Amino acid sequence: MSATDIDAGAALPKAPRDLVPLLLPAALALIALPFIPSSSTWLTLTIAGLAMGMMIFVMASGLTLIFGLMDVLNFGHGAFIAIGAYMATLVLLPLTGWMQADSVWLNLAAVLPAIVLAVGVTGLLGLAFERVVIMPVYGQHLKQILITMGGMIVAEQLLYALFGPQQIPLPLPASLRGSFAIGEAAIEKYRVVCVLVGLAVFLAMLAVLNRTKIGLLIRAGVENTEMVEALGYRITRLFVGVFMAGSALAGLGGVMWGLYREQVNAAMGGELLVLVFIVVIIGGLGSVSGCFIGALLVALATNYVGFLVPKLALITDIALMVAVLLWRPRGLYPVTSR
Amino acid sequence: MSELLTLSRVETHIGRYHILHGVELAVAEGQTTMLLGRNGAGKTTTLRTIMGLWRASSGEIRLGGERIEALPTPAIARAGIGYVPETMAVFSDLTVRENLVLAARDGPIDETRLDWIFGFFPPLKKFWLSRAGTLSGGQKQMLSFARSLIEPRRLLLIDEPTKGLAPAIIGALIDCLREVKRRGATILLVEQNFRVAQTIGDSVAVMDNGRVVHAGPMAELAADAGLQHKLLGLSLDTHQ
Amino acid sequence: MMPLSGDRPRSVILSIALTLIVVGLALAPFLFPGAKPLNVAAKICIFIALAASYDLLLGYTGVVSFAHTMFYGVGSYGVAIALYSLGARWDAIGLGLLIALPSAALLALAIGLFSLRVQTIFFAMITLAVASAFAVLASQLSWLTGGEDGRNFRVPEWLQPGTIFIPRDVLGVAVTGRTVTYYLLFVCCAALFLLLLRVVNSPFGRVLQAIRENPFRAEALGYRTVIHRTLANVLAAAVAAAVGALNALWLRYTGPDTSLSFAIMLDILLIVVIGGMGTLYGAIIGATLYVLAQNYLQALMGTVSTAAAEAGVPLLPQLFHPDRWLLWLGILFILSVYFFPSGIVGKLRRSTS
Repeated sequence: MSATDIDAGAALPKAPRDLVPLLLPAALALIALPFIPSSSTWLTLTIAGLAMGMMIFVMASGLTLIFGLMDVLNFGHGAFIAIGAYMATLVLLPLTGWMQADSVWLNLAAVLPAIVLAVGVTGLLGLAFERVVIMPVYGQHLKQILITMGGMIVAEQLLYALFGPQQIPLPLPASLRGSFAIGEAAIEKYRVVCVLVGLAVFLAMLAVLNRTKIGLLIRAGVENTEMVEALGYRITRLFVGVFMAGSALAGLGGVMWGLYREQVNAAMGGELLVLVFIVVIIGGLGSVSGCFIGALLVALATNYVGFLVPKLALITDIALMVAVLLWRPRGLYPVTSR
Repeated sequence: MSELLTLSRVETHIGRYHILHGVELAVAEGQTTMLLGRNGAGKTTTLRTIMGLWRASSGEIRLGGERIEALPTPAIARAGIGYVPETMAVFSDLTVRENLVLAARDGPIDETRLDWIFGFFPPLKKFWLSRAGTLSGGQKQMLSFARSLIEPRRLLLIDEPTKGLAPAIIGALIDCLREVKRRGATILLVEQNFRVAQTIGDSVAVMDNGRVVHAGPMAELAADAGLQHKLLGLSLDTHQ
Repeated sequence: MMPLSGDRPRSVILSIALTLIVVGLALAPFLFPGAKPLNVAAKICIFIALAASYDLLLGYTGVVSFAHTMFYGVGSYGVAIALYSLGARWDAIGLGLLIALPSAALLALAIGLFSLRVQTIFFAMITLAVASAFAVLASQLSWLTGGEDGRNFRVPEWLQPGTIFIPRDVLGVAVTGRTVTYYLLFVCCAALFLLLLRVVNSPFGRVLQAIRENPFRAEALGYRTVIHRTLANVLAAAVAAAVGALNALWLRYTGPDTSLSFAIMLDILLIVVIGGMGTLYGAIIGATLYVLAQNYLQALMGTVSTAAAEAGVPLLPQLFHPDRWLLWLGILFILSVYFFPSGIVGKLRRSTS
């Protein structure tokens, strides 16, 4: 039996990489162009959409990985968003002087510790949450939904109890206020920073997933946890790390959002949770790239529709979700086998 | 000849279903034991129970004398078992290379060994950087095999490797198994195709209704058409 | 026992508790005179029926849906808009129901069928999104729904508080339109509850439970799980809409905060889980405890909070502030899911067997 017999004609043509979803955000932006009267408005809206999309991506990316890998539905993810934002206030409000100074370095000296604190606290809380609350109910979706929802309620109430029910203002640092002028368009500096941060997070995640062994394990685990274990890897140890990372990312997203809105309140977690879920569903559970595209699509669409037909803006995300699911019932890039 | 793997009085329940009713099985070292039986007899369940993917509710499983039935699956795999599941379970989103990198857990891939594998399965070399999801069924099975062979293992558990494959591919798999046997591997192989079983099996265990109802040398079963018919509902001249 | 469809409480303590609750509710206008206690009693009736309809979904069919308040809102708004537009007439109520109930059913049908195309995992998340979209729509279509302010309307004469039926006090209490409304509520909610009891104890109900236990096996046995789940969805939605209509009649007002807010969804979830999923009686126990806690526990917490503040104890005043009562309910909820998965009713039943 010659080995060459199996070679000939046994291969299927290599399927092209699924590029259509990648083009969607750009397509959406281009479609909107003719409808928007002035190109500078279009530019402003697009940058705003990109910035918002990046923030949502940062918040949602953790959730999609957590579900894809661990099959855990964390309805309490919003709590980490809010907690991250509140942690930032703990650093930034006492350092208001540095924040308002005109020096970029002083601003950074305030913002960076805030981010470190937010990410650190949410990461550690994620660790505690995973071990204490979630581990006992692995595999039981119903209980997970109920418990994590309960966790969300308790977290929100604790935030109210500890920080008070009123909104806490969180002004932007001085060096990020204001905008660049491009032609007639005013592009807010902070939004550009958000886009850069979001891109950095996305590229870092892709790098880890595609070039490290841990990333390999995660990608394989998202597809088939059982087989990864049968290959000899204790993948449950990875779960905790991924959960912590996901929660920390939510915290970072919370900081970004808090600065964006220039205020922080305990209900923001729950409000953003619906949006995060929609993005995760659109992208496909477990797919970081899908999540990225989904976030951009939702944010861009909301901004364009908000300008063109304000009354419909609030349901744009749902409409988009329904449209995507009718086209691809498991999201843009379905990765898991569930 | 010493027994590398033994199962004693192994029972497995899945939810409310009692699948294995006291399985007694011994796999001799350096030999290929075929696990045969009708559909639903419990063959796949037995393999999965050995791997710890399903917990034995009672009984003992020993690998090289050490009990493994209570260990978590990664530990069982690290004890030296390579598993080729019925579903192949290749990671579609990973390339062929990445699938094998993952399987080579003790260190970087041994180039000599890899070339040896390429010898049996040239498509793996050809599609080295292609995503495993783009491979044909036969090529995926080759990859699944390759994963269990990329490093030496004490025991290979293989579940229905030839199901639904073209004769040419089956031939390549058999060639590979023969060579692996020649190098002294211990194999427990579930196979519905009696012809294939006969070609490479040294001994045989037949299951029915969650129990092993017959165990003995392959030659004995191969020579006895009546026994074949009684146990497997077929005779030598027919094959699935 | 025919009215209970053979589904008996199966626990002495439970039976006593249920009897006390039912008698208390039945005689509420006379046992607990005053506007606030009657409001509490009415709210308990409403939540019993609403939670029971949700238990049909969650406890018996194993479906987690966050869109339940949407159907409740449809019923509420249906009656409200009808009464607002057509005036305080009985046929307006009838028309409102005629539009609202089928609408709720159709909406449930649509959601159920849509879940055919997506995995069940998505279902919970999608219902969350759909419910919030609906709430947004309701506040946006202010020409129809009154927007954020909702709709105030007048009810037919027999239900109006000002109508006095028995001029002299009966057992110390006047019988007014309010009393009539209360008994309308009580009878309807009781009837809906008994209807649900009948459904879960019918062959259909048993199939639902089989599906909940093991969908694959049920499918293999020939039961079309999607059809059964969808029917359960539709029935639960219709009952919720009916309850919503009753609530509108009681409050003589409907708005986003009384009928569509996510807080109500959480209330129902807490009630069903703490009371006991898959028991229906859990809805009675849970709703009673919950509404009583909501109304009277807060006062208790308030006293603890001020006491702690006066004593200078840190943190306690904020933790026990009356507005934080949801914190403790949330903790109780989490503990219930872990330690009392079958809720209070389940615990009571096990302790007697």
